[in-house]
Amino acid sequence: MLGRQNYCVVVRPGTLTTFQDSGRPGMAHLGVPRSGALDVVNFRLANRLVGNETANAVLETTYDGVALYFSSSALVAVTGALADVRVNGRIAEWAMPLYVPRGGTLDVGTAKAGLRCYVAVAGGFQVQPVLGSRSRDVLSGLGPEPLTEGQIVEIGPNSTRRPVVDFAPYLPIYSSTLISVHPGPRRNWLSKRGEQDLFSQSFQVLPQSNRIGLRLGGQRIEGLFDEELASEAVAWGAVELLPSGEIVVFLADHPTTGGYPVVGVIDETSAGLCAQLRSGETVTFTRSRLWRGTID
Amino acid sequence: MLRILPYGPKAFLVEVESDAEVLSLLAEVAIRCNVGWLKDVVNIVPGERTVLFDGVGNLDTAKSDLMTWKLRAGRLSQEVTVELECRYDGPDIGRVAELWNMTEQEVINYHSSLSHQVIFCGFSPGFAYIRGLDEDHLVPRRASPRPSVDAGSVGLAHLYTGVYPHPSPGGWQLIGRCETRIWDETQTPPALLTPGTKVKFVPI
Repeated sequence: MLGRQNYCVVVRPGTLTTFQDSGRPGMAHLGVPRSGALDVVNFRLANRLVGNETANAVLETTYDGVALYFSSSALVAVTGALADVRVNGRIAEWAMPLYVPRGGTLDVGTAKAGLRCYVAVAGGFQVQPVLGSRSRDVLSGLGPEPLTEGQIVEIGPNSTRRPVVDFAPYLPIYSSTLISVHPGPRRNWLSKRGEQDLFSQSFQVLPQSNRIGLRLGGQRIEGLFDEELASEAVAWGAVELLPSGEIVVFLADHPTTGGYPVVGVIDETSAGLCAQLRSGETVTFTRSRLWRGTID
Repeated sequence: MLRILPYGPKAFLVEVESDAEVLSLLAEVAIRCNVGWLKDVVNIVPGERTVLFDGVGNLDTAKSDLMTWKLRAGRLSQEVTVELECRYDGPDIGRVAELWNMTEQEVINYHSSLSHQVIFCGFSPGFAYIRGLDEDHLVPRRASPRPSVDAGSVGLAHLYTGVYPHPSPGGWQLIGRCETRIWDETQTPPALLTPGTKVKFVPI
């Protein structure tokens, strides 16, 4: 049956390569995380470069890329982290539509800057969706398993849409990032000193960081933990303060509720930048206009 | 009283006085959303004392609308009663009996006599925080969580009862187990116990 379909074979799966699309919005009240591609800008760009609908599933790699063999010719694009892209061993363009001939291999190398690449193919990767999405949610285990060596993945029929661009501007990736923070619902759990702590140092990305959140190391942030916080909803981009004085920035696979104070919130584009930071790289927070504009 | 707290450029959090008010607020929201209020909202997520409105296009309009509302003890439009058959043979039922100064049979009688209601979900997909216990019957979490708890296990923590939808680690005091499948990815919604759902535990 597969002989009649377009498919690809995973030659090298990489450390953690998952299928991702726009996730499962609208189910947080049932305890289902949003999930989906972490770096939304580069996810959309990858699909756009191959002429896909933006909701098509792509591959999200983690640091060391992926290699795929294609049964028939395919139009692909690689965005996100900066990496050497090779088609049949030859260096190819990054963040551009690429033609892989029948029986050809696409190899996305180790990231040179940033952490996660997005690999889109015209027609999309056709794995079984769960609750309307092909995204792998590493917190709850919903969605298709991460890629394994030798896995065969069906590719959807090419749409009649042709790619409308053959070159696209993209956000540069830096090893240190300045992120603007909006006030969160529990901002008053930061002491005056704690607010200074948050905005006057560079935080180091800790190796425990993953699709759930960015764990940050730095000088302890002083909080006012006088009472226990009743469990409340958590959103993508929430900046949570732990009783230990550490900071977590929640990404797409975040738990839907939590019991620690959310002192700040970052927007989707900033969360995408955070998702490209490697452990050891730094992030610095600055007060948003909204934060500066509020008087307390 | 409603208090509106900021949550970034696309969301806000509404804080109320009690979990009963959380359900009243959800009921009010359901009625208004049916007639076109807040068409663009992505998620409305209850917690113990709060409701998050996420993915809101016009924050100012939504917030000023909300401030004019008077909450009534309302009914959620989808409010239904789910009966869960429960075998009360959990490993922690003895400990709970001791805590409440009851026999195990009295624990069963008390827990199954209560009218429970789901306030919110969290922890894992379909895991409902079911309120029913009264303030005199608080239950602490286990000092150290179990590394694995079977799906269907019924546990108590704080003022809540929970039914584990999936096998997972768990820190709740286990008093029984249910056969009913409370999570099914092929159903809409996939969770049986949604916010507002009333629950009766029936001993078997």
